[in-house]
Amino acid sequence: MAEPTKNWFAREMRRRGVSRRDFMSFCGGLAAYFSLPSSAAEKIADSLSNAKKPILVWLEFQDCAGNTESFLRSGRPNVAEIILELLSVDYHETIMAAAGKQAEAALGGVVKDHAGSYIAIVEGSIPTGADGAYCTIGGRSALAIAREVCGSAAATIAIGTCASFGGLPAAAPNPTGALGVSDAVPGLKHLVNLPACPTNPENLVALLTYYLTFKRWPELDSYNRPLFAHGKSIHDNCERRAHFDAGQYVENWGDEGHRTGYCLYKVGCKGPVTFHNCPTVRWNEGTNWPIGCGHPCIGCSEANFWDKMTPFYRHLEGVPGFGVASDLDKFGAVATVATAGAFVAHGVVQLGRRTLFKNVVFKGDPSASHESRKPAPGAVPPNDGPKNGGTP
Amino acid sequence: MTHIVVDPVTRIEGHLRVEAEVDHGAVTDAWSSSTMFRGIELILKGRDPRDAWLFAQRICGVCTTVHAIASIRSVENAIGARPPPNARLLRNLIQSAQAVQDHVVHFYHLHALDWVDVVSALSADPAKTSSLAESISDWPLSSTKYFTGVKARLKTFIDRGQLGPFANAYWGHPAYRLPPEANLMAVAHYLEALDFQREFIKLHAILGGKNPHLQSFLVGGMATPVDPDKQASLNTGTIAKLRVLINKAHDFVSRVYIPDVLAIAGFYKDWAGIGAGVGNYLVYGDYPDGDEPGAPLFFPSGIIRGRDISKLERVDPLRITESVKHAWYDYRGGDDTALHPSQGETQPHYTGPKPPFERLDTNAKYSWLKSPRYDGQPMEVGPLSRMLVAYVSGHPQVKKHVDGALSALGVGPTALFSTLGRIAARAIETIVLTEKMQSWLDELGANMAGGDLRIHDNSKWDPATWPKEAFGAGFHEAPRGALGHWVHIKDGVIANYQCIVPSTWNAGPRDGAGLRGPYEASLLGTPVHDPEQPLEILRTLHSFDPCMACGVHVVDVKRREIVRVRMQ
Repeated sequence: MAEPTKNWFAREMRRRGVSRRDFMSFCGGLAAYFSLPSSAAEKIADSLSNAKKPILVWLEFQDCAGNTESFLRSGRPNVAEIILELLSVDYHETIMAAAGKQAEAALGGVVKDHAGSYIAIVEGSIPTGADGAYCTIGGRSALAIAREVCGSAAATIAIGTCASFGGLPAAAPNPTGALGVSDAVPGLKHLVNLPACPTNPENLVALLTYYLTFKRWPELDSYNRPLFAHGKSIHDNCERRAHFDAGQYVENWGDEGHRTGYCLYKVGCKGPVTFHNCPTVRWNEGTNWPIGCGHPCIGCSEANFWDKMTPFYRHLEGVPGFGVASDLDKFGAVATVATAGAFVAHGVVQLGRRTLFKNVVFKGDPSASHESRKPAPGAVPPNDGPKNGGTP
Repeated sequence: MTHIVVDPVTRIEGHLRVEAEVDHGAVTDAWSSSTMFRGIELILKGRDPRDAWLFAQRICGVCTTVHAIASIRSVENAIGARPPPNARLLRNLIQSAQAVQDHVVHFYHLHALDWVDVVSALSADPAKTSSLAESISDWPLSSTKYFTGVKARLKTFIDRGQLGPFANAYWGHPAYRLPPEANLMAVAHYLEALDFQREFIKLHAILGGKNPHLQSFLVGGMATPVDPDKQASLNTGTIAKLRVLINKAHDFVSRVYIPDVLAIAGFYKDWAGIGAGVGNYLVYGDYPDGDEPGAPLFFPSGIIRGRDISKLERVDPLRITESVKHAWYDYRGGDDTALHPSQGETQPHYTGPKPPFERLDTNAKYSWLKSPRYDGQPMEVGPLSRMLVAYVSGHPQVKKHVDGALSALGVGPTALFSTLGRIAARAIETIVLTEKMQSWLDELGANMAGGDLRIHDNSKWDPATWPKEAFGAGFHEAPRGALGHWVHIKDGVIANYQCIVPSTWNAGPRDGAGLRGPYEASLLGTPVHDPEQPLEILRTLHSFDPCMACGVHVVDVKRREIVRVRMQ
């Protein structure tokens, strides 16, 4: 890296009251997030202080802007740091100053002048019905824009469950023929799905940092989701897991068990078949998460969850140990404990010392082991799987 | 005569296109078009009504919570569930926090760049900026050193040559009128407001697990347990945290947001005479201050017509109809019929030009929004409508702040009927809510102290307790205005579902009688210095805080009886 760049960055950080030591500590934190050895912090620091900011374009199609709002809640780094210092967000309809022709020109300029070097983020599903008329921007269909912009991008992130898998617009009966990016624009080689409704901004920041640092994606699961965010089930990391194991369940909203923090399984929790780091990262800078405030998980990071996880308040059937369509009321606490153990052993395949970064030359032993996203045989499958896409 | 197209309209939620005729430097006609459709109401058919709020909430991620609450009220209205007092208070706190956060983000991040020239801030003198800031507020971040730092950060950003979201904009446009020092102060507050909104909305995470898209509502109450003696419940520690957040919000709103609005408005007083629009204002009312049906609402309901603030009408939801004359839907009775939402009958049928296209045929159908009307008249909804109705109703807090703002600017109440009036009303609503939130929190604490830990009406949770067939309506005053959801439940599942949302009222196209919607009407006469640069058009559009994903809906084709519903 050129020396002037580092000088500029060091100066800028000093001016903002951030010492080199603090900055390296931040980079070290990111390295730890990915279970990387401490030597990776230097590489992350170099990448983040690059003089030419990487270009990002953010497209919104059949969306609710929930992922955009979530991005605005990013605190580490915060969104001002991202848009002013870390990235050049050249197109994002919700925040950009220009409109109409000037906005279209900004997007066109990126595609023309920076083909192959920018990152595209897509929020919202892409409708295929009515010749594309269910979503147009500047008179062009979402599909045409996605083909052009994602097709010329260095990499694409489908953010949120709608862009990843079709999400809410694609829920039955899918009135507009809505598809996720991977199905609407087949053949994109560098596509990562970052689902959830919305995506947790901590996962977006982690993914972008990883990509900018190593110029490739972290290891992905079979649905093209980063394992660092989707490698374990909610159930496995849930703070209420001990109550599940002890057979202590919320029976009615506001009852003693609910106030005490018992397991929400019987009121419909989809934690056992949902693979997301919600319980550990939590939301809004670690403030809380849905189960933490007494509501069951709805499985929002899984494909087709609007159809497969509903009715949301009906308890999962077929979780191993409880038998298909079992009535939990028949089970006493003792039986539950016994079967819960079976669920762990049966349902979650331990991959042992499989490393997160198998393509990386780091020789260190990442401390965390990572597990398959697959649910237990017989459990509700979280989704139908990806149609295409893959890692670079 | 120049025909201009603004698409995409940016710094809004969703997809909005505006076409306008400009002649002799002013808009002579305008057409508002929503260009995205999902069909969420169709997706809701056949599902468990207790799930509906989770679907409906995803209508919009900017005004998250608002469709959740309207949905839940509609289902509770249908099945007769009665949420206990703690649930009402938690909902009031969540909703008011949503309004406060949303309004701050709207002003600083969606609207301010229409009035604030970011590049001009580079030529500001930080010492003079400090004097300006200290003359309008005692907010502590106001020293010369502070503004020197903000200016340096801005300069570094601009010198790097990658302007990102600030590129290709209208900097230097003659319609920008703030001195460089005011621009620098506004840039500093743009950045501070980014931090504020992120911190303040932790209130939603505390009460709802996460934001956006909270996950603690329930038909019949809330899922957030309340118990001062439990770690896993909302307890006195939580109340203390909430109090800190609410205090900080009041601090920021009263010492930054309100002074900024007044300071910026002072340079743009002519915009108090621009953008009035239809002049009819509709408010359903919200924030119940009691648990019995008919309990008083903190923001009262009412209708003002023809800018006549000497009269206030009662709202009768049965007088609401929708037209599809210029919307891409079919009615069996033809395009000239207008139907009440409970008789809703819609099939999406796109008849516009095949994409890619340059122009819409605005004589035909041209939007995915229908045209809602009250007594056949277009109605503006939103903070301006709410503050006008509250003002006319004699609401003491609203009256105090409205009179204060009018006197600070040296204008009369008619100045409110304008682009600037919408901005002022939104700020006033924000301060009124931050003042009120403490009392809802106090009430919650008092209930807890009195041993009332109820959060949910379990008596109607089991679908077996529901009537075989039921209709319900749920109303809410969302940040952007009057929101209604109508549900028809049959055999325990949703037979039909429909929403009429604020941006449908405001952004809808012409109706069967050719009457313009509020956006369209408000753009008439808007000055346009350069048709190639739609800055002034953006000012008036943004003053409504457009939220297009909310606006689009579809309902089922089955005719059904009008049902009388109480106003929530």
